[in-house]
Amino acid sequence: MDLIANHITHRFGDLAVLDDVSFTVGAGEVVAIVGPSGCGKSTLLSILGGLLQPTSGAPELRGAPPADSLNPLTFVFQDFALLPWATVEENVEFPLLHAQLSAAERRALVDDALRRTGLTDFRQTYPKQLSGGMRQRVGISRALAVKPAILLMDEPLSALDSQTRELLMEDFVRLLADGGMGAVYVTHNLEEAARLADRIVVLSRRPGRIREVVTVPMTRAARGEAAAREKLLALQNQIWSLIRNEAIDAEREVQHA
Amino acid sequence: MLDRAPAETSAKDEATRRVRFRGAGFVPASSRYGGWIALALVIAIWQAAGSTGLVNALFLPTPSAIARAIYQLAISGALWQHLSASLLRIGVGWLLGTVAGVAVGFAIGLSRLARSVGITFISALFPIPKIALLPLLILWLGIGEEPKIATIALGVFFSTAISVYSGVDAVPRNLIRMAQSFNVPFATIVRKVIWPGALPAILAGFRITASVALLLVVSAEMIGAQYGIGAFVLQAGNLMQTDQLLAGVVILSVFGLAVGKVIGWLETRLLHWR
Repeated sequence: MDLIANHITHRFGDLAVLDDVSFTVGAGEVVAIVGPSGCGKSTLLSILGGLLQPTSGAPELRGAPPADSLNPLTFVFQDFALLPWATVEENVEFPLLHAQLSAAERRALVDDALRRTGLTDFRQTYPKQLSGGMRQRVGISRALAVKPAILLMDEPLSALDSQTRELLMEDFVRLLADGGMGAVYVTHNLEEAARLADRIVVLSRRPGRIREVVTVPMTRAARGEAAAREKLLALQNQIWSLIRNEAIDAEREVQHA
Repeated sequence: MLDRAPAETSAKDEATRRVRFRGAGFVPASSRYGGWIALALVIAIWQAAGSTGLVNALFLPTPSAIARAIYQLAISGALWQHLSASLLRIGVGWLLGTVAGVAVGFAIGLSRLARSVGITFISALFPIPKIALLPLLILWLGIGEEPKIATIALGVFFSTAISVYSGVDAVPRNLIRMAQSFNVPFATIVRKVIWPGALPAILAGFRITASVALLLVVSAEMIGAQYGIGAFVLQAGNLMQTDQLLAGVVILSVFGLAVGKVIGWLETRLLHWR
């Protein structure tokens, strides 16, 4: 199943946020979206996931999702969006409650998602008892439970410390390794984009337009090797040179806002 | 091999002094027995002042006289007669007001139409002291229990509706968006996200409405009732039976405390995740 951004334009009142953004996320592909602060990255993700109506243009799907997918487009949120009154297990089970599943099927999906994210021993724990990294693991586990075709990740690591970020990045690489699940990964961190994405969509300053689409010229597995580090760094520098001046302008704009 | 940092050097002969602790205060922690000790002390002083004749017993009867009055009320059966009348009014009035308030509060919190209509009416009617409506309610509903119950229900309704829609408004929007992103149906979002998210505010509202109900039942019973704690307190005052009057006040205080305890217990049970 492909996800297509078809000439998406969006305004919040008089404020133009996105301007004619078009690209396609192929089946199993990971596309990162980067750009200066306020360029509309998260807005674009909300539109792609059907949580926000664009002013014009539309998000579209092409092809059928996998037969076992209960929610083909599934978000992983920056702030985790966990129900604080529910245990880890109940949070992961939450999106399955309305699906036509038997209790045993639901249980199996929850068990599998918890196992894949290393949360099996924390199933009865409440979110407030967990660290930020573990909370995000619950968010990822909840997303995996519905067997998504495409994960929509909105800066999923930005609220975490650098060590936890590194560990979760390794988890993402592992989860996306078999190519069975695609992702749109919004981030302001170019290293994350270069480590994870097959292609990187670089947006301009507000209103966000596509400045460039950069293809990462190596497999995700190869990126962990020492020899790949320099190439990835060069790629990050290339992208940074594209957005540096606009990022400075955007930051000043935010400070004066 | 890792480079080691150079060893710290210090002028050992120079005198050291401790950094002054500046982080004290602003963390008020109540001691477990402090309140009870203070209460016992006040009662003891009060008793001593009455027993020694320092305070006229007609104006302020001693705690022991009040306790005697409560005991006599209890064994004569009058306490239960008055208390059951008040409890019935509070129970029915609070329940009616709460059910209606929760329903309207949720409607205002969830529906644009209900919000635009409901908030206008609530803003206009909430400030009216509900006891002022009792004569009108007597005209409408007769002189039985109905106007008193209706007064309590009205007082409870507005506070409940306000606390419920404020609670619904305070539910983090990201949780609702999360649920929508999983195609969770509206009713499930209300039941599994909005209701538990609004519950802290709703229970806080219950504390307020319990006090409102108590205030209104006493006021309503003072205006027109034969039985009830409010009627009893008024009669005792008219007859200058201040020990009886204060016995009624103590019973009201104990009732208020008991309701507070019940709501506290509910909060512990239902909001254990906080």
